[in-house]
Amino acid sequence: MNKTSNFEFDDLQGLLRFGHGKLTDTCFMLLNIADVNAAKQWLSAAPITNASTTDALPDNALQIAFSVEGLRMLKLKESVIEGFSDEFIVGMTGDESRSRRLGDVGDNTPSKWEWGGSETAVPHVLLLLYARQGELDHWRTTVEGEHFATAFHLLSQLPTQSINEIEPFGFVDGISQPTIDWMQKQSTDIHERDRYSNLLAPGEMVLGYPNEYGYYTPRPLIDPQEDRLAAELPDAEDEPRLKDLGRNGTYLVIRQLSQDVPGFWQFLDKEAASDADRREQIAAAMVGRKRNGTPLIEQHIPGVAAEDHGNNFTFDLDPKGNHCPIGAHIRRANPRTGDFPPGVTGLFSRLLKILGFAQAPEEDLIASSRFHRLLRRGRSYGPVLSPKDAVKPDAPAGDRGIQFICLVANISRQFEFVQNAWMVNSKFGGVQNERGPLVGHRKPLIDGQSTDHFNRPDAAGTMRTVCHLPQFVTVRGGGYFFMPGLRALKYIAATPANGRDSAS
Amino acid sequence: MTPQSTFMITATVRVGELKNLRALLASLNQEEIPGHANPENDLIPFGKFDRLHFARFVIIEAKTAHEITAFGVNPRPWRPTLAFLGDIDGDRVSFLTQLAEHAASGLKQIFSYCEDFSEEDSDLLEWMKRHNVNQQANYVNWIGRTVKQIHEEAALHQSLSAYLQQIVDEVGRENIRQLRQKLLSYVEMEKHKGRLTLTPPEPTPAGWKTKNLAHKFGVPLILLLVSPIFLIIAPFFAIRLRMLERSDPELFIRTSREHIKTLTVQEDWDVSNQYSVFGDVKPGLFRLLTFKFIVFLTDYIAKHIYNRGYLTRIKTIHFARWVFVDNNHRVFFASNYDGSHESYMDDFINKVGWGLNLLFSNGVGYPTTTWLIKDGAQREHPFKYTQRRHQLPTEVWYKAYSGLTAVDLARNSRIRQGVENRQWNDAELREWLSLI
Ligand code: HEM
Repeated sequence: MNKTSNFEFDDLQGLLRFGHGKLTDTCFMLLNIADVNAAKQWLSAAPITNASTTDALPDNALQIAFSVEGLRMLKLKESVIEGFSDEFIVGMTGDESRSRRLGDVGDNTPSKWEWGGSETAVPHVLLLLYARQGELDHWRTTVEGEHFATAFHLLSQLPTQSINEIEPFGFVDGISQPTIDWMQKQSTDIHERDRYSNLLAPGEMVLGYPNEYGYYTPRPLIDPQEDRLAAELPDAEDEPRLKDLGRNGTYLVIRQLSQDVPGFWQFLDKEAASDADRREQIAAAMVGRKRNGTPLIEQHIPGVAAEDHGNNFTFDLDPKGNHCPIGAHIRRANPRTGDFPPGVTGLFSRLLKILGFAQAPEEDLIASSRFHRLLRRGRSYGPVLSPKDAVKPDAPAGDRGIQFICLVANISRQFEFVQNAWMVNSKFGGVQNERGPLVGHRKPLIDGQSTDHFNRPDAAGTMRTVCHLPQFVTVRGGGYFFMPGLRALKYIAATPANGRDSAS
Repeated sequence: MTPQSTFMITATVRVGELKNLRALLASLNQEEIPGHANPENDLIPFGKFDRLHFARFVIIEAKTAHEITAFGVNPRPWRPTLAFLGDIDGDRVSFLTQLAEHAASGLKQIFSYCEDFSEEDSDLLEWMKRHNVNQQANYVNWIGRTVKQIHEEAALHQSLSAYLQQIVDEVGRENIRQLRQKLLSYVEMEKHKGRLTLTPPEPTPAGWKTKNLAHKFGVPLILLLVSPIFLIIAPFFAIRLRMLERSDPELFIRTSREHIKTLTVQEDWDVSNQYSVFGDVKPGLFRLLTFKFIVFLTDYIAKHIYNRGYLTRIKTIHFARWVFVDNNHRVFFASNYDGSHESYMDDFINKVGWGLNLLFSNGVGYPTTTWLIKDGAQREHPFKYTQRRHQLPTEVWYKAYSGLTAVDLARNSRIRQGVENRQWNDAELREWLSLI
């Protein structure tokens, strides 16, 4: 099945394929629809960037995504909306149980957010503008055109700032990303993927294609017999009679995460008794990489290019976390596990593993990573503050953080799972009552046991424990959005504004 | 060693009393945590029963009964039924006796919403014994580990880890022999002061031992004896199985969001969650016998093979049981597991999809399997929909050791073993220190 030559990159929004890294200036706009007709008019002409490659690097880019309320405002039929996933329909903050699962409690509680904190506060449209340095204003004027001000009400403009791929705590970010197997060359069969591979079926990131289970994630399919406008939509591969509104689209998860940079470095400085090297060591252990991005584990694994030093490893040779703690951010975010624990060499050892025999007590506690990957597309914001300056008692305060964005085909299995089972879970991989050192809240368990620790296992035996870890990251906003393919966007824009349930 | 056992008392709820019963049961719960028992509530002070691991009250309703019509079969009637179930140390009767002694008035109030129970004239204990339903398969994470032991070992771990923090800087991380010496003397001192107890295991009841042994060897022996018959019927079985797998209707019904909401408000408060499902066995003797046989084997391997912290690759289940009810037409499954529901299900699909398929594919609504072990659960969405659709909310759920996972319990036991078996080489010693 060689599909790359005819993969419909021109129907895909560019963000699914590119991070637009060279376009350093960005503007993330949260919009509500003020005038439906004007909005539709603007949408049908909007210069949305697709994913096909051009000879010269583009000077700018524009991407768009809608919340469920946005789609309702644009008069998408309720029967079509029902084709989306529950998480998208209910929303990030629409259900307290979800907030509890995501760790949006205490200071992270949605009612304290700056935006998106309640069902009604979720913006209708998320508009992402990217441009080369200094050219954003010009691009914005071009994008907005004449109808924009009538069509939309600007709720807020999220702060963003390019600080050369370095997130506010001072670490190089954006090193590890899944590689999408556009050609669908790799088998998804559970019996053929014992080991970790960074190559991922397109259906994990793009709707309308087979996912890692080999199936199509549910999404809105439309019968063109009943809805003439749908005729222009792509066919549903798994239901050839129907048209696929989801195809070439994806879900976009956004969270504004504010980072207490002075708090982070001052705490570590105290912990390290003001020894700069030790301070860096603890910080690196928490992230799982040094500040320059070097991983704490050296290894070569098949399937990752040898020159990609930053990603040429799994944690297989470090089962106890003596080199990279189990609780480190990148180990939680992507444990790099295969379908089987390491050690499957032949039929017999495979059978033993399937049946759960011959295992160390702490082995095989973590799910297979390929079902829980995220395509990260966030940007950081706030004035730069180096660790050296951050430890000073008079370090300048400032609003810093990440506009965390990830693209996934299945919000609950990918984003929510990673956030819940891996990031904030106090028992991840057998750790002892500690939540993610960077992003976790620090609320105790219901029986009162504290969770504000970070443990570094040590070859000597006794773990090194950091106690009374404060919360460094606080959620300030967020929401679930649908980022449609370009034909789907045309369909959404073309839907008559007076509703169509009775018409056609 | 004290073996574990179960109880499950069921009775039909009186017509028109469902709402009142629910309200009464809700009064057993903590105010802010839906579905979670207050261990000191007046009606049944769960926390006072030191042999009780888990307990729950669930009202079994056949909300998915209509699904069987897809097979051209009329749904059987089912009246909402109250089930009170628990996992306990030691034998059932002595536990029920304790219950009847210490929670009589609460239990009577609750059961008075059920048919054939009246508060005045019933002998509570006899009534409970009569209404107990036995399971066909039972899984216990660690046979022999008692509630008392769990609490003692958790206290040991806590106290050792606090003390280790204190001494490691002064003794030095590398000085492992001295660290051990200090830790062991500390345990002795704490024991002496009465702040730590490590009760030695009780002798294993002789009757249980004999029965267990007879079961362990008897079942394989019988299976061996009847194996020629299995060989003869195998081809017919295979043909019939594939026919059914091809023709059984596939139900791809999305779970309603309201239903999911009633389930999720009870989840993710503690590190563990409860799970109850109820559904119909697919029509026909073939499905029933296959189902029963697999459940029978599951019970066997759970008793004799998977009784030390893991069920094949899964280390997150504390207790689980399969119960056939309504004259073998329906099955009730209950478990207590660690982590969130989504991760429980993903773990299942990826690690033991084949086992799930074996166990549940004979139930109505389960996604189509191939050869009983393939596909099925791997059809992610049909599977996730069906298991949520058939899930029942709990009215009251009690766990005797909140904050602790099955992996924690195993670790605490290893720490205790380290205290009691003192023959170590350096590597073992480091391993032990790394657990604390
Ligand atoms: C303010 C909060 C956060 C900070 C400062 C942060 C920082 C970092 C850093 C420095 C890296 C290493 C660079 C790399 O491997 O690309 C990283 C990796 C990663 N982070 Fe975060 N992160 C944050 C929040 C999150 C959240 C909320 C999630 C997911 C729910 C997440 C998911 C990931 C993933 C998936 C990786 C890649 C891991 C890998 O594939 O090895 N991060 N993060």
